[in-house]
Amino acid sequence: MAKEVIKVANLEKYYQKRHVLHEINFSIHEGEVVTLLGPSGSGKSTLIRCLNGLEPYQKGDVIFNGEKVVPTEKNWQQIRQKIGMVFQSYDLFPNLTVLENILLGPVKVQHQSREEAKVNAERLLAQVGLQDYENVYPRQLSGGQKQRIAIVRALALKPELMLFDEVTASLDPEMVRGVLNIISNLAQDSNMTMIVVTHEMNFAQQIADRVLFLEDGHILEQTKGDQFFKQPQTDRAKAFLESMDF
Amino acid sequence: MAHSGINVLFEGRNLIRLFGGLWTTIEIAAVALILGLILGVILGVLRTFQNRLLRVILRLYLEFFRIIPTVVLLFLFYYILPKQMGLNLLANEVATLVFALWTAAEMSDIVRGALISVPQHQRESGMAIGLSRWQLYRYVLIPQAVSLELPATINLVTRVIKTTSLLMLISVMDVINVGQQVVEANNQKYPTGVFWVYGIIFVMYFAIDYPLSWWAKRMDKKRLERANG
Repeated sequence: MAKEVIKVANLEKYYQKRHVLHEINFSIHEGEVVTLLGPSGSGKSTLIRCLNGLEPYQKGDVIFNGEKVVPTEKNWQQIRQKIGMVFQSYDLFPNLTVLENILLGPVKVQHQSREEAKVNAERLLAQVGLQDYENVYPRQLSGGQKQRIAIVRALALKPELMLFDEVTASLDPEMVRGVLNIISNLAQDSNMTMIVVTHEMNFAQQIADRVLFLEDGHILEQTKGDQFFKQPQTDRAKAFLESMDF
Repeated sequence: MAHSGINVLFEGRNLIRLFGGLWTTIEIAAVALILGLILGVILGVLRTFQNRLLRVILRLYLEFFRIIPTVVLLFLFYYILPKQMGLNLLANEVATLVFALWTAAEMSDIVRGALISVPQHQRESGMAIGLSRWQLYRYVLIPQAVSLELPATINLVTRVIKTTSLLMLISVMDVINVGQQVVEANNQKYPTGVFWVYGIIFVMYFAIDYPLSWWAKRMDKKRLERANG
């Protein structure tokens, strides 16, 4: 069995009094692609953000590479270099060129040599078809291009786990496919371990090894990808899939 | 035109003295601004931290310098520092100190405002690639804050320069003080001298401040063009 990359044990999260994540338990092995599905407000994004310390949690543990994360800012900062994250709103740094956006992490955080990091960055840019955009500023790019650069920026740190938080939700429909293809390729060719929050059901079915279905902060079911879309185990998931016109 | 008032400027060393006074003004303003802006950026960054005590202290500092009129500050420092604290500074040094502290206070508010208006997503994207807090400020937040705060900073600079005209009150030989002396010394011969002396002082301040405020306006327009383009 492949090694366990991340494990979440009895995780609970509150916003003040409001209990937003209940008893979250799951683990993900190397090379596995897990999609988080569920209605809006079910806690998908909150959960994924807990996994790299962007959201604090009140109980339970995140275990990364077999080690329990002691949730201090300094520890998270170390771990985030190994967990890449891409957001819905892409958020490239507008004050830096595409190349500088990508190199910031490898050079400043990981202290790779600039030359080495640049070779790697250029290889990744070519993979997403944006090799000619190195010296362009983010404002000159389309949404889809920005999101592809944001993926490259996360990959440049050579992460062991990638988190995708609704990365196509704010893109024009015609840009969506390009971004999703990159993520699929990442799963297939690079065997990247990833957790994907998405509302694109076709895409989820295509890449998911396993589906975690969330509602109101509970994991209602964890089912193998091909099975979930054919015969979900819970009625709630069934209703959800029907409502998505799937 | 035998006694045209403008000649008061060319009488003796009057013009040279006026420019000497202007130099004193510029020197005090420049040193105070350099120190004050640097200190202000540091304090502004500190004011965005979570530490409650630190924030309260810095807030009090800001309010103290913002609420108390500059004239009062000058007198306070000029008379109280030597008497209560045994610190004997020259008038020019007191002036520089007061202006630097005042600039720092105002600047800290500008910097804080600009930093907190950088979108939260930028902060998270930076954290997601493993930047430390210091790196986050250095590479992401401060560079973006600078373009937001530049117009307000230039405005502050012009205000500080203008306000140096109060320095004569603590006997700094700035351009206003020199002008006053020139007017009084030449009052007999040039009854309209006051008009010309203050006229040239007006031109001097205008020549320094106007380009700055023109620049501020231009920067702001450019920034808006960039943001919307």
